[in-house]
Amino acid sequence: MTPELAMVGLITLPLAAGIIAFVVRRVAVVLTIVVASVQIVLAGHLAHSVFYQGRLRYEVGGWGAPLGIDLYVDGLSALMLLMTALVGLAIVVYSPSYFAHPRSHHSGEYFWPLCLFLFASLNALFLAGDLFNLYVTLELLTLTAVALIGLAGTVDALAAALRYLIVAVTASLFFLLGVALLYSSYGTVDLHLLATKFQFDLPSRCSIVLIAVGLLLKTALFPLHYWLPPAHAAAPSPASALLSGLVLKSSFYVLLRLWFDVFPYADLRLVGHLLGVLGATAILWGSIQAIRQTHLKLLVAYSTVAQIGYLFLVFSLTVETTMAWSGAVLFAASHSLAKAAAFLAAGSLKYAHDSDRIDELAGAAQRQPVTIFAFAIAGVGLMGLPPSGGFLAKWMLLNSAVTSGRWGYALVMLSGGVLAAIYVFRVVAKSFENIDPIASCPVATRPISPWMQWTPLALAVASLALGVLAYLPLGLLEIGAPFSPTSGGGTP
Amino acid sequence: MNLDHLLPLMVVASSLIPGLVIFALGEQRKTARTILNLGGASVKLLLVAMMLWGVSQDHVYVVRFPITQSIDFALHADPFSLLFVTLSAVLWFLTTIYAIGYLENLPHCGRFFGFFSLCVAATSGIALSANLLTFLVFYEMLTLTTYPLVVHRGTPEAIRGGRIYLAYTVSGGAVLLLAMVWLQSIVGPVEFVVGGFLESAGHEYRNTFRWIFALLIVGFGVKAALVPLHGWLPEAMVAPAPVSALLHAVAVVKAGAFGIVRVVYDVFGVEFCGELGVATPLAIAAAVTILYGSLRAVYQNDLKRRLAYSTISQVSYIALGAAIVGPIATVGGIVHLVHQGLMKITLFFAAGNLAETLGIHEVSELNGVGRRMPWTMSAFTIAALGMIGVPPMAGFVTKWLLGSGAIAAGQWWVVGVLAGSTVLNAIYFLPIVYATWFKPPDGPWPHDHGRGRFETHLLLLIPPVLTAISVVLVGLLASMPFSPLDWARLIVEREYRP
Repeated sequence: MTPELAMVGLITLPLAAGIIAFVVRRVAVVLTIVVASVQIVLAGHLAHSVFYQGRLRYEVGGWGAPLGIDLYVDGLSALMLLMTALVGLAIVVYSPSYFAHPRSHHSGEYFWPLCLFLFASLNALFLAGDLFNLYVTLELLTLTAVALIGLAGTVDALAAALRYLIVAVTASLFFLLGVALLYSSYGTVDLHLLATKFQFDLPSRCSIVLIAVGLLLKTALFPLHYWLPPAHAAAPSPASALLSGLVLKSSFYVLLRLWFDVFPYADLRLVGHLLGVLGATAILWGSIQAIRQTHLKLLVAYSTVAQIGYLFLVFSLTVETTMAWSGAVLFAASHSLAKAAAFLAAGSLKYAHDSDRIDELAGAAQRQPVTIFAFAIAGVGLMGLPPSGGFLAKWMLLNSAVTSGRWGYALVMLSGGVLAAIYVFRVVAKSFENIDPIASCPVATRPISPWMQWTPLALAVASLALGVLAYLPLGLLEIGAPFSPTSGGGTP
Repeated sequence: MNLDHLLPLMVVASSLIPGLVIFALGEQRKTARTILNLGGASVKLLLVAMMLWGVSQDHVYVVRFPITQSIDFALHADPFSLLFVTLSAVLWFLTTIYAIGYLENLPHCGRFFGFFSLCVAATSGIALSANLLTFLVFYEMLTLTTYPLVVHRGTPEAIRGGRIYLAYTVSGGAVLLLAMVWLQSIVGPVEFVVGGFLESAGHEYRNTFRWIFALLIVGFGVKAALVPLHGWLPEAMVAPAPVSALLHAVAVVKAGAFGIVRVVYDVFGVEFCGELGVATPLAIAAAVTILYGSLRAVYQNDLKRRLAYSTISQVSYIALGAAIVGPIATVGGIVHLVHQGLMKITLFFAAGNLAETLGIHEVSELNGVGRRMPWTMSAFTIAALGMIGVPPMAGFVTKWLLGSGAIAAGQWWVVGVLAGSTVLNAIYFLPIVYATWFKPPDGPWPHDHGRGRFETHLLLLIPPVLTAISVVLVGLLASMPFSPLDWARLIVEREYRP
């Protein structure tokens, strides 16, 4: 199998399967699981090729830029693809039991095709080599995400979905306007051609601002985060895991890609600092909001708001080295695993208790030990304690902050860790509480299937493994990374 | 990869793997769990004995994995690691026996023993860490694995104790992380090198180093319960007795004290600490802690809380020994790591026996208990006298060395602190000893379970008796080869080797 075939397969396979799953409902579950498994193989193969052969560019149909569609993959894209495949498979394996819940009605039926469309658009986004394809895939992603949020069909869910739709479409408009400006100035949307031609003139500056605002809205950076908690909390838990773990990372990826590969980031230092300050505020604000929540899924959703903040520190902390850049990407990957695990665990608990009120979790450590364990280990990643990937990522970000004398960021990151410990342990401590078997009637809970118990744990353990085996993702990231010696190289 | 690489890993794995398997076993498989527990503890003893022999022959055990370009995960076994790892292996074995007896019929044993083993794995990892980063990994792992043990009972007090414990230790961990990142950004990866290595880093960093030293001491001081960072310790007393025993004698407070000693000797170097002028403030902090802990202990009526304040005071002897520049005091501080462990675990075992057998939790209920439980109370008495510093027991050796070391270093005030502490030790321990042996019982015991042929369950009785015997032996045989004192001398010889 050539890597080109893997690239095309990653896009077309889930897309075709999504259409089949939509039409032939009976095969949807099996088909999704098969595709998700094949996706892992393809993404793994691609990562392997990139690691050993360097960056790859594939002109679909042989047309080439500026006319045709270029697929492009380097270490960063390969890692994001691998993350998507890994988290995606876990979520897909988890979901059949979840949607067997008597109250989920028919929402399960639509989940599978949507899930496949989501994989297709995510893969296409990470492989896109030009601005226009990035726009198209972002739009596809938005529409799928809206449907996923509204899947539960409750009033809350529909309201949240509608709000997200409005926000995301507005964001897309900003982005499209920025792209149009760039196209009118340079006559191309190809990222590499743009990078060589880029000049720091007024239209370009406007386009940078427009694109950045659009992407910030989609990534839910403070203070543009208000749509996120209700949306992620109202969606069915597997969908929340997809949204928090994967969808948010895609718009961050686009910004990261443009910022360091296309835009003259050295001239953008001021805007970078602004993003950093917003990120730092997000860390504090999101964590404090998470601590205040009474419902588990809202707590996890606000934790996402906080964790997104860490990612944006990269725009302020990157000074001539890849340390902060690699740290931020590693953070994104680690957060994908840990947050998906946390949402799936929260989903299992909600499934068992028919409610996600934190107060009702008393005694859960005895009733659902595996799930609580999974939540706690995911929490280790969110707190950034060793040996998780989150720890290593935070270490790299901290190191950049200290080396460049940005003590404020260092302190915010450290307090972020402590605040995360507070909200994680609020849940864990509750679950350790004994309930007096005589005084209160035994809590009626629905049994959780083994799939729903063990997949969150597997994801959580993977987020720890990411820290222990960090040389693998970090090695992959060096392929085509900004400032690294290999970035000048290109396809062999 | 040969045995030299494998051995440090195996020492950690010998408690890590049983811990994980115990989780998988579930609640019901009691026999399998017991076999795993004791098997793991025995294997660990064996491995540690092998390493002990190897290190005494100047053999070096190192294993190293790169995680990123500038970060290694590395374990090594130097004499100081071995001192701590031996202590933890021996006391883990005894505490496991004790815990099996203690928790016999209580629920959630699987969870308990699982985290118990993980906690020991973390402690061994701390002992064997070859650099500051590896140390931090296990240090945080220790925080996380002891939390479920502290809240094990699930009562509101336990949850509260757990919350306070976490509040202190997680914040301490954050401070430590900052200090480590800062240090690494200046000097690169921080390996533990005998004699320290910062002296060569250049003059312009001196002030920065003072700050980093302070942050490191705060980070470790939380676990070592240096005043005013000690608040969690009395609250964590809600944990079951074997946990308190392990926390106080081996795991948590010792990890903090061990960290302080590592920083002073193997990162900064004790003479460089003196040059920077940070040794004396540390000595003063330790001295304040020693006196304050003892003073508070006098006023506690709850037996376990009295022991907790006593721990706060006693652990700081280690920091005090580290902060006095000079070989004799160093030996005293290091050897106290072992001595305090042996004495304190005996006291906690005894307190656990009193609570478990007779329902006694308070000092005022102890009248005449010596006649009901002679073995337990003999062990308690020996350990208490050792704590006070009565020759020839363990505590006397420590205090003698610390005192003479301080005089040799010209720090006379330390002798005053030691004397004051000794008086306070006597004030809070001697009345207990007097009441148990010489006062008549007030009446029936609160909850006499009257277990079996012996005064209590045999598994609860053997460990304290053995540790009490060792308290006497390490004092009497202090100059024999392989005694803790002899080993401490070996460590210090390497530190002060010209």
